[in-house]
Amino acid sequence: MNRIKLKLQENKKLLSIYFTAGFPNLNDTVPILQALQENGVDMVEIGLPFSDPLADGPTIQASSTRALHNGMTSDKLFGQLKDIRKTVHIPLIIMGYFNPVMQYGVERFCQKCREIGIDGLIIPDLPVDVYEENYKPLFEQYGLANIFLITPQTSEARIRFIDSVSDGFIYMVSSASVTGAKGTFGAEQKQYFERIAKLDLKNPQIVGFGISNRETFAQATKQAKGAIIGSAFIKFLEENGLEKIGAFVSDIR
Amino acid sequence: MSYHVNEKGYYGEFGGAYIPEMLYPNVAELREQYLSVMLQPDFQSEFRALLRDYVGRPTPLYFAKRLSEKYNTKIYLKREDLCHTGAHKVNNTIGQILMAQRLGKTRIIAETGAGQHGVATATVCALMGLQCIVYMGEIDIERQAPNVARMKMLGAEVRPAKSGSRTLKDATNEAIRDWINNPVDTHYIIGSVVGPHPYPDMVARFQSVISEEIKYQLLETEGRDIPDYVIACVGGGSNAAGAFYHFLDDERVHLIAVEAAGKGIDTGESAATSVLGKTGIIHGSKTLLMQTPDGQITEPYSISAGLDYPGVGPMHAHLFRSRRAEFISITDDQAMQWGLELSKTEGIIPAIESAHAFAVLDEKKFKPTDVVVINLSGRGDKDLNTYIKYFNF
Repeated sequence: MNRIKLKLQENKKLLSIYFTAGFPNLNDTVPILQALQENGVDMVEIGLPFSDPLADGPTIQASSTRALHNGMTSDKLFGQLKDIRKTVHIPLIIMGYFNPVMQYGVERFCQKCREIGIDGLIIPDLPVDVYEENYKPLFEQYGLANIFLITPQTSEARIRFIDSVSDGFIYMVSSASVTGAKGTFGAEQKQYFERIAKLDLKNPQIVGFGISNRETFAQATKQAKGAIIGSAFIKFLEENGLEKIGAFVSDIR
Repeated sequence: MSYHVNEKGYYGEFGGAYIPEMLYPNVAELREQYLSVMLQPDFQSEFRALLRDYVGRPTPLYFAKRLSEKYNTKIYLKREDLCHTGAHKVNNTIGQILMAQRLGKTRIIAETGAGQHGVATATVCALMGLQCIVYMGEIDIERQAPNVARMKMLGAEVRPAKSGSRTLKDATNEAIRDWINNPVDTHYIIGSVVGPHPYPDMVARFQSVISEEIKYQLLETEGRDIPDYVIACVGGGSNAAGAFYHFLDDERVHLIAVEAAGKGIDTGESAATSVLGKTGIIHGSKTLLMQTPDGQITEPYSISAGLDYPGVGPMHAHLFRSRRAEFISITDDQAMQWGLELSKTEGIIPAIESAHAFAVLDEKKFKPTDVVVINLSGRGDKDLNTYIKYFNF
């Protein structure tokens, strides 16, 4: 059984952190991963930067631009992660847009992920129907969980379909929006969280987008299995560098 | 072989809808409804009436006598430059604003590069009394001040795209992000045959009025409803899609798509996607696009802002790959000379985009009996500053 599934069986709410590889500096990837593990983070999404990140707000856009400017590429990221499993044992997921994966070669990309010990992929602009038709066998062959998103606008029928093809967790986008912090969650979000919880899906849900602090983490994980923090962590890195990652994590839970 | 979109939204291997889940409900709603809405009699009659009374259609198919004598062939100009707002772009925005109304949308967003599509969108929003927000790259806002002013006069809000290279592709990203943030009340009017299915097909259908008119106009003047050649410039490819549309399945008609070579194919400052592009994903569509080996989308260059796009629509990628259309690249200098040439020979100052299409007359040999239709997609008023600088008028 892969690391994601084992982690999901633990009896606690999971804290997952997203960061953009190559930000703030090209070679920060491994130190950031080690620091996150040391401070008790349960799972990490490693962002493969893209020039045109459609689903991201200004913070992640800017970190992607900077990472690319620093020289990050798919090859460099795989190089940095070559020996990561010697020191880091929590589940690792690569999150990136489809074009760089396609140019690398989808199979070659999957193969590389398996070699390194990556547990899953999140590719927001690879639609579930295209995945089903063309790529599912590849992902399975290389033991990679493909994580799909749902939003407050996703119909119940489609949520059930996504649940049926998912194998790991469902990435629950908190509101109709791009990534980025927005303060707290209102009644609309709470209702949405409750509605999804009642669907009794096969895959646990982890909430992302708009989670920035202890309060929003607690709100998001009232029903869901865990939550993902991205933009707020990137802002923190920008302001504080890598040394104080422990303080960031202990402020969340 | 079919050159039209299939039921899954593809042209050959190109097209589809590579969109994040956040956009799925919006795009699915449009995909499920666009054809039935477009085919409703009341939609068609309203669309046709506005094209006639507001846009000024049909636009003339003008026999360019002096140009024809000079090149010893029969050259016709499809005068899209005479459309209201100065280019073919308004054919699509009229169609899409009617679509938005039928779908119950109250807020309109659009992207624009040079500002032509932004102006065409602001115009129809004013016409229908709908809120209009146009995203435009910060750099384009600086270099296209008159069009920014026009949009503001028409009541639109122009929002600067400050991310990435701050030009058309980034304005498109910002418009898509806006749509993600406003999934219920907003319709996104894309300006070209790009983006996720059904946009390329919907925009091509709205622009297809161009070739529909060419057919019956040629029948009147030449006694046959097909030309030997149709020539059109391609950025994203909306005017070419409209000019080719009704001839796609008739292989007797040679289709020529003209891309901007910029300063030259090998200079690193070019927008010739068919030569420099590779298959990839841009703005939700699988198509040919200019990118680094690592899959990062690169910044194109052309003196003409309307051709300055790093991809082409999926229909054009398919026409290129299947060799149904011939693709020719024309440099800035060739296009600028033709801007002057057409002005002096026929008394028509073309948009620099359209001037690229005319330069094919120097690249290819035509027979005296050939009927050559050049789509004159826009007029040159908006480009006066560029012409002035280039020629030191």
